[in-house]
Order: sequence, then C-alpha cells, then structure tokens
Amino acid sequence: MKMGIAEALRKAIHDEMTRDENVFCIGEDIGITGGFGGAFTVTLGLEKDFRDRIIDTPISETGIFGAACGAALMGMRPIADVQYGDFLLCAMDQIVNQIAKLRYMSGGKLKMPVVMRAPVGVTGRGSQHAQNLEPYFLCCPGIKIVAPATAYDAAGLLRAAVRDDDPVLIFEHKLLYGSKGPRQESGTFDVTSEIPEEDYVVPIGKGVVRRAGSDCTIVASLLMMHFSLAAARMLEEEGISCEVLDPRTLWPLDIELITGSVRKTGRLVIAEESPKQGGLGAEIGMQVSERIPDYLLAPITRVAAPNTPAPFSPVMERFYVPQPERIRDEVKSLIAES
Amino acid sequence: MDKETAISELGDSRIIDMYRRMVIIREFEERIRYLFLEGKMPGTIHQYIGMEACAVGVCSALEVNDVIGSTHRPNGHALAMGIPMKDIVAELYGKANGVCRGKGGAMHIGDLERGMIPAIAIVGANMPVVLGAALAFKLRKEPRVAVSFFGDGASNEGAFHEALNMAAVYRVPAVFVCENNQYGASTSIKLTTAIEHISDRAACYGMRGDLADGMDVLDVYAHAREALHTARSGKGPTLLELLTYRFCGHSRRDPSNYQPEEEKKRWKKKDSIARFRSLMLERGIITKEKLDVLKKEVEDSISEAIEYARHCPDPDPEDTYNDLYVGMEVPK
Repeated sequence: MKMGIAEALRKAIHDEMTRDENVFCIGEDIGITGGFGGAFTVTLGLEKDFRDRIIDTPISETGIFGAACGAALMGMRPIADVQYGDFLLCAMDQIVNQIAKLRYMSGGKLKMPVVMRAPVGVTGRGSQHAQNLEPYFLCCPGIKIVAPATAYDAAGLLRAAVRDDDPVLIFEHKLLYGSKGPRQESGTFDVTSEIPEEDYVVPIGKGVVRRAGSDCTIVASLLMMHFSLAAARMLEEEGISCEVLDPRTLWPLDIELITGSVRKTGRLVIAEESPKQGGLGAEIGMQVSERIPDYLLAPITRVAAPNTPAPFSPVMERFYVPQPERIRDEVKSLIAES
Repeated sequence: MDKETAISELGDSRIIDMYRRMVIIREFEERIRYLFLEGKMPGTIHQYIGMEACAVGVCSALEVNDVIGSTHRPNGHALAMGIPMKDIVAELYGKANGVCRGKGGAMHIGDLERGMIPAIAIVGANMPVVLGAALAFKLRKEPRVAVSFFGDGASNEGAFHEALNMAAVYRVPAVFVCENNQYGASTSIKLTTAIEHISDRAACYGMRGDLADGMDVLDVYAHAREALHTARSGKGPTLLELLTYRFCGHSRRDPSNYQPEEEKKRWKKKDSIARFRSLMLERGIITKEKLDVLKKEVEDSISEAIEYARHCPDPDPEDTYNDLYVGMEVPK
C-alpha cells in the first residue's frame, strides 16, 4: 500500500505495539481524541487500539525522557516523542546523561531500549521550531541516530529501532511527513513509498545508494537527500554523473559505503541543512579523509546552512536552506578545479 | 503506622539487622574517608555519615522486587540495599571487579540486580527515571514500588516538578524520599527555599506529603512503610521528607565550616545510631556484649572488603571500548 512517512510510521508503531506489549508511546498531544496525533499526525488514532499504552503527557520534556529511561530499565520499550526536535534540548540531561550513559556506567549490566522521535527541518517557524539537531547528538556516544528520507525507510527503521536494545533517536523531516488534514505542511515533498503489508526492518547502520554515478559522490540525508537527487538530475543534463548516498543512519555511519563510493568518484560533497560549524559534514569529511586520502582528486566540500540560527523571513529562509542549485554549483566547481 | 507498631512488626532480629546496616554505613564511610584522605583512592567522595537512618529506614520497608534510585551520595543506599561492600570498594578503587566494572565510580554505585538503579549524579535527575520505573510497574500491573532518594537541593530542580506532577497525574506506585540534610553542598536550605517543609509542596501536585524524623530509623521505617503501602495499593505516590543532617563535609576534603558549631551540636545529640542503640538496650533487644561483637564483626568485614578491593586487578585500558552498546562495537 502507498503511504507517506507519517502513515508509514503510524503503521509501524501499530505493528510493534501489537507484536510486543512492552512497547508504548509517551509524548505531548499524541493520543487526544479530537487532537492531532502528535504535531505531525504520526500517532493519530492509535489510542483507539492502545488506550493504556499511548500516554499523553504534560508539557514536560524532562519528565517524558526520564520516564522513558526508567521504564526501559524495567524492561519496557518506550517510544518517546517531542513535537519539535528543538524541544529535545529541554530534555538534554535525561537523553545525554542518563539514556546514553547508564548502560556504560553500569559496566554493561543494563539495557536502554528507548526510541526517541523528533521532527526537524527549517520550515517557516523561525529559529526555535526549525533546528536540525543531528550534530548535537553526533558527539554523544551511546545513542544511535537514524534519519529516514522515504516512507519505506521510516517504517523499517522505526521497527529496527524498537527492537534494538540500545537507544535510537529518529530524526524525521517536517517537509517529508506527508501529514494530511489540518496538520499538513506547506511546501512538502512527496516521498510516498509502497509499504509492504508483511514485517520488514531497515537495518540500523546501513546506508543506500540512491543514484549511481561516477564523477562525484554526494552524501545527504532527509530533505537534503532529495535536494541532492534534484541537483544530480540537473548535473546529468550537463554531462556530470553524480552518485547520491543516503546514509539513513547517521551514527553508526556506514562509512564503508561512503569510502567505497569516493574511491570510485574521487570527489565528495556533503549536503546538510544545519549550520556548517561542527556538523555532519565535518564528521563525514574527516572520516573519509583519514581513511582514503590518496583517492581524493579534490578537497572534500560541504554545502550547509550559514553559521547562524534559522531566520524567519521566507526570503532569508530560502537563502539559508541549501537549495538544489547550490549543491549543483558546488559539484560543478569541484569538477572544474580538479 | 507508629513506632511501636513498627517495633512489633519488625521483631528483634530485623531490628538488629537494621542497626547493623547503620553501623556498616557509618564505619564504612569513616574508613573510606581515611583511605581517600590518605591519597590511596582515586576520584572524589560524597559521604552519608549522619544520614544512616534515612537509607536503612526506607530500604528496610521495601519488598523484594522494589527498586530505588539514588544520587551522587550513594553509599548509604547501596549498603542498605545489600550490595556487597567488596564490590562497592572495588568500584571506588576503579577496579575491574567493581560493581560497575570500574566504569561508574563513587557517584554511580548501584546494581539493578539488587534493586538499585546505578546512582545518577545529576541533582534531581533520578526523579523522572524513578517515575518511569513506576510507570512500567503500573502498565504491567506488577505490585512493585519505585523509590527515589534525593536531597533538599534537588527539590529546586525542574526535574522535581516534572516528575512529581507526572507521578501524581498517572498515580504511579512511587515514593519520593527527600533527604533534607539542610544543605545543598555548602548552601543552607534557608537561603534557597522560602517554605519550611519541602513535603508541603506535595499539595501543589495533588499528592500525599509526609514528614518524618530522619534521625530516627524506626520513625523513617514507619512512615516509609505507609507510603509504600499507599503506592502499592494503587492510591498514588507520596512525597516523604526526612529531616536529617550530614556529620561530614559535602565532598572530598570539605571541613563543612559553613555548618555552625551550635547547629552541629544540636544535631549530634540526635545521632540516629546512638539513639537506636539506647532503645535496643533499654528494651532488651540486644545486650551490650553482643553490640561489641557486632561492631567488631562490622569492622572486620570492612577490612576484608578493602583488602579484597586493593588486590583486585585494574581494568585493561582497552576495556574503555566495551559496555556501551548491546549490539555493536564502538565505531573507531
């Protein structure tokens, strides 16, 4: 059946809650009858089948993630949800000091099967509902980070996350959800996929080649992956062949996939929606240059947002978010120089 | 439950066992302090001297499958929960055989196998975690209670507010035990909190609040028993405040010069161990001779634990890479 990301996630959560009664959801506005089903409709209607296990909370992010942590220690498999990824920062102590570290600090005696879901993306809301928080967690050992760009991957990665015994943070993009009704986003991208009825997982830690090519590798996730595909199509018309990789998991990175591609193309561009400073591109770029310096025909470069918070004005926002044309131009200049 | 009922419910042998645990905590902490000041122990220490009645009173009232969450000052809770002394000392030395295999240290002692979540050293942060444990018990309809220990300082953290409010809303089987030792590090509670009793805050959450003498182990036991029973029978959580005092510094070499001499003297008169000993002797629960034997046994067991821990192997430095994830190696 064809589904968008929001629907695919909903189905996957429903399947997991049916399969395992230790799975429960906890978050703000997730199961209110007549409400939203979370800020982007992912949990809409699930309370009808699982009233006890769809837990609506006060606006208390520390409470939500602390409760998820404690419940996981007792053998439950919580799916904790924030309305906007930005609110993860309110729960940072529970996520970074407890969820990420308790297993390690116990000498490996504990398990922390917590799933955390967080919408990201610069989407006309100013600076505090628009951050791409991936870099904040890339420097946090103990958490796995996934970022599905298609509905198929969203459902498969969610299932994998629920079944994983380690904490997994899922970044979902507001413009890719395909949320319907009053919670629909403007400027959304259609990333509907055929979602099989039967059970499947997308393994954590495995990236995928979205488009094969020979001149330049572009690594990008979420919205930037779709922009990179658009850039690659433009470049094809100019005779430049790009390989677009979607890491799908940001930690642990599928670095073999990336180095394998760069060995072939000799060039690497990382496209990211967050500011360039301390970002995903810095991490991927360094890992590649440490591993295969001799294969690089050109310096590794990044297409990223400016090192500022996200501005509100649509004019500035369009400037802020790397557009397909910027990715295209970066690849072109890289090829011209090498 | 009043004290007399507690005494008859407990019986002589459990009372003596509680006393033994309090003496273990006191003597253990004194010896650890000595080792630390000698420079033979790495890291830092936050000690429980003076507060023994709190941990022992509450933990003696638990049922076998209940769990506790603790703080940066975890030794009293760990010993009251029966975590072997040798495993604690080995952890303090950072040894491979430590209760957390050398990865936790002095502020993270705990073992869930024995009902103690490894201690969480961020002030107030175990409260939402304990709320979650209690939520799990409620979802699975298990007759278990989760107990959070925290200090007076933690009551001014946001985590306190979020955890208590949610615990009350969901009526989870939890007990939140505030060990009010009058100081957050060096700062008097009078400078940071305008109300007299932290337990009064329970009313703000629609939660049961209660106050007990944290220098009287039987009073603590009686009040904890009631709070645990209330939680276990589905009647919701309690914020239980225990009035207590530290007979030691906040940490490391702190001489606690901020505690006025008069105040120290006043609290010393309430020393829970001395009071408990007098009560046991008065009521013929134990003889003076047996008390001497008990003290000697405790001292010997501590010496043995220290001797054991000193001779434990250090971890392999490469063990740093183990125990982070369940299903994968640490990416290098």
